Order: sequence, then structure tokens, then C-alpha cells
Amino acid sequence: MRQTADPIIDMRDIWSLYRDVVIHKNLDFRVERGEVIALVGGSGSGKTTLLREILGLLKPAKGSIRLFGHEIGNANSAALAAVRNRLGMLFQQGALFSALSVYDNIAFPLRELRFMDEAWIADIVRLKLAMVGLEEKHAYLMPAELSGGMIKRVALARALAVEPELLLLDEPTAGLDPARSKSFVALIRELQQSLGLTVVLVTHDFDTIEGLQSEVAVLAEQQILAKGALTEVAALPHPAIRAFFEPMGLYGAKSVT
Amino acid sequence: MSATDSFPELSIVGNEAVLSGAWTLGAFGALGSSRRRALFRTLADAGRKASTWRLDEVSRLDSAAAVLLWRRWQAKWPVELSIPDALRPTLERVSVAPISEPAQDERIKFSCIEQVGLWSLAGWRDLFRLFKGLIELFGSLILTGFRLLRNSSLIPWKEFSANLYRAGFKALPVSALVGLLIGMTISYLSAAQLKIYGADVFIVNLMGIGIIRELGPVLAAVLVAGRSGSAMTAQIGVMRVTEEIDALAALGVSGTVRVVFPKVAALLIAMPLLVVWVCMAALLGGALAAYWELDFSMLHFFRSLPDAVPIANLWICLGKGAAFGFLIALLACWFGLNVRPNTESLSQHTTASVVTAITLVILVDAVFAILTRNIGMP
Repeated sequence: MRQTADPIIDMRDIWSLYRDVVIHKNLDFRVERGEVIALVGGSGSGKTTLLREILGLLKPAKGSIRLFGHEIGNANSAALAAVRNRLGMLFQQGALFSALSVYDNIAFPLRELRFMDEAWIADIVRLKLAMVGLEEKHAYLMPAELSGGMIKRVALARALAVEPELLLLDEPTAGLDPARSKSFVALIRELQQSLGLTVVLVTHDFDTIEGLQSEVAVLAEQQILAKGALTEVAALPHPAIRAFFEPMGLYGAKSVT
Repeated sequence: MSATDSFPELSIVGNEAVLSGAWTLGAFGALGSSRRRALFRTLADAGRKASTWRLDEVSRLDSAAAVLLWRRWQAKWPVELSIPDALRPTLERVSVAPISEPAQDERIKFSCIEQVGLWSLAGWRDLFRLFKGLIELFGSLILTGFRLLRNSSLIPWKEFSANLYRAGFKALPVSALVGLLIGMTISYLSAAQLKIYGADVFIVNLMGIGIIRELGPVLAAVLVAGRSGSAMTAQIGVMRVTEEIDALAALGVSGTVRVVFPKVAALLIAMPLLVVWVCMAALLGGALAAYWELDFSMLHFFRSLPDAVPIANLWICLGKGAAFGFLIALLACWFGLNVRPNTESLSQHTTASVVTAITLVILVDAVFAILTRNIGMP
């Protein structure tokens, strides 16, 4: 694996607790620039918790998290805001602001920067709408009037609005039909390549992992047990990994092909 | 800062604009407002004068900065442009994007007078909708009542008692406190007037009739509308937003039976009791103030109360309580059921529920006053 001096995400010795349950124990997780990594693992293995810790929404009980080389554990709010402007998050349900139109949802993070004029923002919003394959007539719809697939697209456009270097996706294809899910994955893949994004996603869906040609990091037994290409990881003999991949017919995939 | 994180810079040499550093939103943000303004001014200047643009030294270019450049180039490629190959696709993506005038909000602008007209029309329409909705809900409640009478196993006892506890029992402390204080204040102020005429004994009549007939029911209604009415609207509204009402219907459970009926029934029972409770607290406060201000014995106050206040007033008081409780719950449920699935609508409907309930309570109170003008007066 490539090891550069400045990984985008560098989490060390992370301990997370939920009440008395240990979720992560001495967990290390590094993501290099330009990598696409899928966090997989059974329900309750702490994937979403890890994502929320990267976002700074949750604080681990112990350990250090460095984003873009900045420690966020003891950062003040201004430094945290500066770091957050470099990452975009796609929430599972989209988390669009229900009182704002599609246009205002995408413009929201840009307006928060407080140095852009409306004409500039309007051009960027239109560019992002085009990027995620939405038309201009959709710009004045309210979130309640959108279908599930459109909500995901608008949420992606909003996540991409501030030009993030790191994109975090929580179950990007959950709740989409296979065709929509496929085109959404293709869209993310295309944007990742053209914008050179680093992507960390949580997913249960192997079509998504394959579509993004992403590496997988297996979260089990409170640790990142393995990280690497899907076929390599699936072939590892560790019982927890076996238990996870075998039902998919993926265990030992390497030795078969 | 590493080389990739350097600040964006721009210099104009003759008709050449030379750009360097990172041209990204993050870098603009890190620049600080005065240097950023200077940079944008220089850029606007360059957009007017420069024909040759050198971007060779630019380390990073994101699409927001590309949009900015493209705007400064008046949406066409400059006469001469040198740019690293890695950055060219970003600009090309911007150049093919539909750069038109922003789609205007297509709503027509109205003049001031037209606006007033529109508002009043909308007001009448809303009023009509509310009236119609209340009648519909009332009708479906009556039908539900008949259904429950025929099939008593359907009666939602658990929800009913939960609502009774929340809207009734839990309101006891605050309504007692408010009743006591208001009773004291009114008694104190009246006593000061009555003393002038030496009509001290009439404090009992004044307080008895005033509180039992008017003040107690209205006070309790205002409190309950603010406390329970808003809670009911918000609860049903959130159930609408999260599609729980639809889930109930999908499970074959009637929302009217399980959600609306227990609330209306609970307030119908709880409100008269609360009204009596408020009246008791207010009369106690009144007696206390009379004792302090007029040296009027509390025992004497309560002994002469039955003579001063005919019993019909108590029935009026209970009737008002039931009517107000029914009205508040019905309005709260109607507003809750009509919440559209967004946060804005939820807050609007909760406000409207409380305001409408209080207004209607006072209106109905006036109707009561007219209908019962010959009853219960000594």
C-alpha cells in the first residue's frame, strides 16, 4: 500500500464507547489522497460511528484523528470549520433542509462562506446540478417534492458545492432501485475521477464497491481487520471476514478465478 | 504551508495576467477578507484588460474558481491561454455547462394594493378550509364514536389514559399557580375599590361569579391551548412528516380511532376538571387577598359563597370547560393532520393551532355569555 507523508485521514488508537459497549478498540485507519475506500462490516460494527468521528460529530473516547494533517480532537471551532469545508458528506437520508428549495440547499454552504456574490453562486449551483444530472427546472422544487433518487443527487450536489477534497458517503445507494443505484454509482465514480476526490463510503452493497472500483476496509472485532482490494480481502482466512463474505459467495473468490 | 496549499496570486504585466498558487474555495477562504477583496478587484481589472492568461504556475484549480475565471472572461476562451494539462478539464467542464441567466423566479410581482387583496382572499380561503376541515373531522369523530360503541374492544383505553395524564394531571401544578396568582391580583384590586364604598361583603359575589363563570374556564383554556394544544399539533405533525400516520393506516389501524379520538376524548374529560381546579385555586387566592386587604375571614368567604353564587354558574363553568377542551383538541388534531412534510410547515401549524384555539375559545365564550345571560344571575 502507498504510504505518503500526509494522509488525508489518519486515525490512531481510536477507542469508541457507546455507553458501556466498546465499539472500536485500538483502531487505526489511514486514507491516502485519491483513494476510494469502502467500509464494510456487519450491522453494529461501528461503521457509521467511524464516519461520524471523521466528521467530528462524535468524539472518540481515546485516540487521535488527523484530517488533512490537522488534529481535530482539540481544534477550536474556526479550525474545525476550515477542515469541514474541505470535506463533503452525503447522509443516508440526504438530510436536505426541508424548508429550502433545491437551489437554496446547494447554495447554502456557499453562502456560508460569506465572500461570494449571488451571480457566482448561481453559476456554481447550475454547474453542480448539471454534474449530478439534474435539470434547471428542478432547482425550485422543494425536497418533499423529490423522489428518493433525486434527493440523493441533490444531497451529492450540496456535498460537492464547497469543492471538497474528501467525500464521505453513508450508504449512498440504500433505498435506490438497481438501475438508479447503478447510475448513481457511475456518477460518483466519474466525479471522483474527474475531480480527484478521496472517497470513504459505508456500504453493504457489493455492486457499489465494484462500481466504484474501491478498496474495502473490513470493520469487525472492534478493529479494521483488513484493507485492500475486494478479491484479496475476501480471500483472507480470518473467521470474521469469512463469516462476512461467505454468504455473498465471495469467500475464496481469488482462488476460484 | 506546502506548495499545493499556497495562496492564490495574480499579477498583471502589460496585457498579460499571470496566475499562481492554489485557486480553490478553501484557499480564497484562508486568504482573509482584505487580501481576498484585493485579489477579486485585480481579477476584475484583468478581465477587462488582459488578453493573455498564464495559468502555468497554478497548482490547483477547482470548479468554483474556474467559474469565477470563466465569468471574468465573459464566458469565452481568452485570446491566448497557457494552462497545465491537468487543470484544463476543469475549465472545459465549466465552459460547456449551461451558463445562462439564472432561471428567474416565475412568480408575478404584485403591487401593494393587490397584495392586500391577495392576503385577504387567502385569509378567507384558509378560514373556509379550516371550517370545512373541522366539520369533516367532527363528523368522522362522531362516526368513530358510534363504531366504538358497537365494538367496545376497539376503544383505545391506553392512549386515552396517557393523554388524560399528560394533558390533565401534568397540568395541575402550573394551572394552580396561575389561578392562585390571578385570583389574588383581582381580589386585591377589587378590594381596594370596594373599601371606598364600604361594600366589603360583595367581594364574595364579585369573585365567585367572575371566576366561576368567566375567568376560570377562559384561563384554563388558554393554559391548555398553549400546553397541550401545541404538543398535540407537534406530535401529529411529526407523525405526518415521518409517515407514521400512513404506517398506521397501512397496518389497518384507523388514525382517527388511535390518534384523534383519544386526544379529543381526554381533553373533553380533563378540561372541566381542570377548570374546577383553576377556579378553586383562584378563589383560594381571592380569599387570601381579601383576608389581607379587608380583614375578611376566609371561613366567612367560603361560607357565603353558595349564597352569592347560584349553582347554575357551576354547570355553566363545567359546560364551558368541556366545550373549550373539545375545541382545543379538535383544532390541534386538524392542524397536526394538515402539516406538510417539512419543518417550516410544522412550526407554522403549531403556531396557528395555538393562536386559533385561543381566539376561538374567546369567541365561543362570548356566545356562551349571550346564550346564558338569564341563567344563574342572583
